[in-house]
Amino acid sequence: MRRFRAFVKKEFYHILRDWRTLIILIGMPIMQIMLFGFAITNEIKYANIAILDLSKDHYTQEISNKILASDYFILYKNLNNRKEIHQVFKEGKIKEVIVFEKDFARKLDKEHTASIQVISDATDPNTGTLLLNYTQAITGKFQVELNKHLEVPLQISIEQKMLYNPELKGVYLFVPGLITIILMLISAMMTSISITREKELGTMEILLVTPMHPAQIVIAKVIPYLILAFIDAIIVLTLGYFVFKVPIHGSLILLLMETILFIITALSLGIFISTKTNSQQAALLASLMGLMLPVIILSGFIFPVANMPMILQILSDFIPATWFILIIKGIMLKGSDLTMIWKETAILIGFTLLFTALSIKNYKIRLD
Amino acid sequence: MRTLLYLLEKEFKQIFRNKAILPLIFVMPVIQLLILSYAIDYEIKNLKLYVIDYDQSTVTRLLVNKFTASHYFILAGMSFDQDDAKEAIRHEEADLCLIIPQDFEKNLLKDGHSEIQVLVNAIDGTKAGLASNYANKIIFDFNKDLLQYYGIKGNLSISPEFRNINIEHSNWYNPDLNYKNFMVPGILVLLVTMIGSFLASMNIVREKEIGTIEQINVTPIRKYQFILGKTIPFWIIGMFEMAFGLFIAKIVFSIPMVGSLIVLFAFTAVFLLVVLGLGLFISTITETQQQAMFISWFFLVVFILMSGLFTPIENMPKWAQNITLFNPIRYFIEVTRLVLLKGAGFAEIRLHFVVMIISAVLINALAIFRYRKTV
Repeated sequence: MRRFRAFVKKEFYHILRDWRTLIILIGMPIMQIMLFGFAITNEIKYANIAILDLSKDHYTQEISNKILASDYFILYKNLNNRKEIHQVFKEGKIKEVIVFEKDFARKLDKEHTASIQVISDATDPNTGTLLLNYTQAITGKFQVELNKHLEVPLQISIEQKMLYNPELKGVYLFVPGLITIILMLISAMMTSISITREKELGTMEILLVTPMHPAQIVIAKVIPYLILAFIDAIIVLTLGYFVFKVPIHGSLILLLMETILFIITALSLGIFISTKTNSQQAALLASLMGLMLPVIILSGFIFPVANMPMILQILSDFIPATWFILIIKGIMLKGSDLTMIWKETAILIGFTLLFTALSIKNYKIRLD
Repeated sequence: MRTLLYLLEKEFKQIFRNKAILPLIFVMPVIQLLILSYAIDYEIKNLKLYVIDYDQSTVTRLLVNKFTASHYFILAGMSFDQDDAKEAIRHEEADLCLIIPQDFEKNLLKDGHSEIQVLVNAIDGTKAGLASNYANKIIFDFNKDLLQYYGIKGNLSISPEFRNINIEHSNWYNPDLNYKNFMVPGILVLLVTMIGSFLASMNIVREKEIGTIEQINVTPIRKYQFILGKTIPFWIIGMFEMAFGLFIAKIVFSIPMVGSLIVLFAFTAVFLLVVLGLGLFISTITETQQQAMFISWFFLVVFILMSGLFTPIENMPKWAQNITLFNPIRYFIEVTRLVLLKGAGFAEIRLHFVVMIISAVLINALAIFRYRKTV
């Protein structure tokens, strides 16, 4: 046991004396959650638009004002003819062009119907559709005002309630996602690299000829990373809770236990990667290219899993992060207890056992 | 010049004899491009709808049909108890719950107005926003249907005075709202950037760690030759990956390529110099590969998330938008979209070029300056 402790101490020294890495290890989660919380949202605000007003009457003026008075739109440019539309889109500065047809007011008053054309830059379909919806909502409101004096029979209206996240804050989803990504990085990548590093430098041989059992060597190696990862998780949780008011409805103890479980899963994955590779570069590329984008994209962090084609949904089931995100979302936002997330927990344990078994099978005591 | 050629030969040999890394450089990005491009789709279909219909009348049945007939919603369950609905949302078995009160139809016909309640599972803000948008749209249409339906039966009709503003809508550059047109070039950009910057940032530091850098330092190789020798091979690999990725984008995803590919490749060439320069700079200020990869990981995550690929830059607050001005990936993604989808030429993206060229010069000068031949 004393020998084991000495080993853990050695690993700690390795990490602590490398202050550059340490600063990033602690600074990164802070900076990222700030970015996520303040900068990255899917809500659209202040999209640049251009208006082509072929009529220039009091109605079009009023509608333009209403549109620009909302928080969604900013006027980038008034256009003078249709030819300019393509050019202004090509400059890439605007998302939407609103065209009022000729004689808008006359048509609206005399023929009781007039047209507005909305042209979206659909290279980003999501933004395009959302902006169209906002435009429609604003003109719809104007139309209701216009017809205020008339009774419109039979109207169904909706009363809407957003459960769990009434302001539709992106940060609610990002905090769980961010914790997952950081844990994955520190645990899986850092361990795999630190073990292959010993292999590459040749110091692994020295470790292996000591009377320590290989398992002890590996465990001693991962303990500091477990602690670091745990500290980072707590930093993110604290910032999320105090700065961005992301609630923790469920039990904090359960949340922390699940976090530790996931760290162990990621560590076992890191160990597994390190048994399969011999150079730091290969370990890095395998864990980065293999883990970074798939974890960001397939785990449901940014893109809903339910939306993906069937085959990818199945694939995302094989990513441990997917399950962990479900667990932590459940505990934090919905107040789930263990009875509601036992399945996800069991799956994570299963992954851990699988990676551990594979690592033991692949572990070579002799270096060639 | 001959020295440089020898250096290049050495680098290429080192890359190509490493059997573990080759597939990671050449096969993994292709697989990721293929898989991930299918994963990203903001258009949400098959939202799970839960219905609580206390009224059970003709109108409510029509309304529920209207919902399920749209391809946005599928019926996940029905019940007469609100708690069931909340439970379903809690277990992620429902995304949106429609609650229709008793006497809905009666009130509608008597007062001309009636209300339904919609509960949305809002944990995923984006999804909830879209779901509520769809619901609003469906109700909006249903209101129109209703007038027709009862107009025929009960002489209710809109007054001829009613003034209607008609909205015509067209989607330019991507009429089918195909997300792949938007995402595939973006993912390709990310993959090229990741490969380039990681390989470059780990390269010099690897020589440091193994000790071979000292052997190079004692040779008469000049600083700039050494840096060039480290840059050119990865630059070639990056250009190759870009070309190969575009080929796949064309063949597999039929991404339109309206603009000139020459413009795009010219930009890629400059962009790669920036990315590689950044990698080399990181390489010169770090001691171990672990540090190097960690720092470049840090920058990459920030660059990727603030590139406008996953969340539009317009949505960010002003200060964050200003930060993105220093993000090379942002420019590259904009350029791929402008050129491929909108057919922009040199004239429209000259500003992007200027920014990229200045960054390339600056960062590479910094890398050469930081690289010390003495220990």
